[in-house]
Amino acid sequence: MREQELIARAQRGQNELFYELVKPYERRVYAAALAILRNEADAEDVAQEAMLKAFANIRQFRAEARFSTWLIQITVNEALMRRRRDRTVVMEGIDERREEESDYAPRDFADWREIPSEALERKEVRQKLAAALATLDRKYREVFVLRDMEQLNIQETAEALGISVASVKTRLLRARLMLRDLLAAGWQQGWFSRLPFEKGSKPW
Amino acid sequence: MVVNCEQVWLEISNYLEDDVDATLRSAMDEHFRTCKRCASVLEGTRNVIRLYGDERMIEVPAGFGRRLERRLAQSARVSGTRWSTWSAWLVPVAALLLFAGGLRVANSLTSGPELKSKHAQPGWGIPPDMQVVVTADAKVFHVAGCGVIHNKATERTLTAKEAMEQGYVPCLRCMREYLRTASVGYVGLEPEADVDVDADAERETRATGH
Repeated sequence: MREQELIARAQRGQNELFYELVKPYERRVYAAALAILRNEADAEDVAQEAMLKAFANIRQFRAEARFSTWLIQITVNEALMRRRRDRTVVMEGIDERREEESDYAPRDFADWREIPSEALERKEVRQKLAAALATLDRKYREVFVLRDMEQLNIQETAEALGISVASVKTRLLRARLMLRDLLAAGWQQGWFSRLPFEKGSKPW
Repeated sequence: MVVNCEQVWLEISNYLEDDVDATLRSAMDEHFRTCKRCASVLEGTRNVIRLYGDERMIEVPAGFGRRLERRLAQSARVSGTRWSTWSAWLVPVAALLLFAGGLRVANSLTSGPELKSKHAQPGWGIPPDMQVVVTADAKVFHVAGCGVIHNKATERTLTAKEAMEQGYVPCLRCMREYLRTASVGYVGLEPEADVDVDADAERETRATGH
C-alpha cells in the first residue's frame, strides 16, 4: 500500500495501519532523537513518544508536507523539550559556547577518491564513523544529522532547530569539514584497511 | 571571476548543495581543476555526505519496533479507539507470554546462579528471548549499541534469559524501560541501584583498562 493511502486510512481511524506507516522511518526518528540527546535509552523513549504524538495527531497532518519531515520535526521538538526538562546539557565544549565560526580550514590534503559503500557493511567502520560524529559539538552534530542523515532540507533543518538558515549553512559547512578531517585521520589509523584500495593512496 | 582556496572552503558546502550562483560555480569548477588541495577537500566532503547519508549508518536498538507497536496499541486502547487485525490479539498474547516467560526466568533465578553484581536486581521484566550483549569480565548485559558497553572487542550476543542464567544483571541505562515496569511488581529495585550498577560499569572500565 502506498504511503498516501496509508496516511488517508490512518486518518480515517484504521489505527493498526499507523505502525505500517511509520515503520520505514523508525531509524531516522531514532537517529534524530539520539543526535540531540546523546543517550540511547532516552533517544528510544523520545522516539517512541514522538511516534505516539504523531499517532494522536495524524488527522492534523496535511499532505503538502512530507510525512517523514513532519515525523522528524515532531521528534526534534520532543527531544529538545526532553533536553530542556532533564537539563542534560551539563557541560558544553569550548566550541559550543563560541560564536559561529565559518573559517574552518581543512587539515588534510591527500588525494581522495570515492569510498565504496561496501565499507559500511563492516560494523567496525560504522562504529568508527558514529564515534567520529559523536565528537562534534552539539550544534554541529544536530545540523549535520538533520540535513545529511535525515535528509531534511536547509529550511526544514532551520525550522526544526529554531535557528536561522544562515546558521544552518555555517554549522553544516564546519560539520562536514570537521568530519572529513576525522575520516582522514581514521584512514591513518587503518579504519578502512581491509578495503580493496590501491596501495599508497587514500580512498578519497 | 577568480577564487582562492579560502574562498572555496567557505563555499564548498553551498557548492555541494547546489546553492551558489552560476558565476561562483564556474569559478570554483575552474579552481578544482587546477588546485589538488581543494579537489581533495571536495572529494572528501562528498564522501562524508555519502557515507553518513547511507541508511546503514543508523542502527536502532534490538526490539525497538516491537516495543513501539506495543505502545501504539496501548495508546489506542487508552484513547478508546480500535486497534484491530492481528495486533489486537497479539498484544495480550505477547503480554501473557512475557508474563509467563518472566515467571519462568524469575523461578529459575531463585534457584539459579549467583548474580555477578551484588548491587543489582535481576531483570524480571525483560523478555527472555531478547537479544542482548555481554563482554568479558563484565557483570552487566546490554542492548546492542548501548553507550556504556566496555571492552567491546570481547562482545558476544545471547538471549536475556541466557545472560540472566549466567548471572549477568541488566544495564540500568539501556534496559531502563523494562526495569521501570518490572519494579512495580517486586520489591528491591531501589533508586540507588542505578548508581550501583553504574558503579559496576565503572569498575569494569577500570578492570579492563578501557
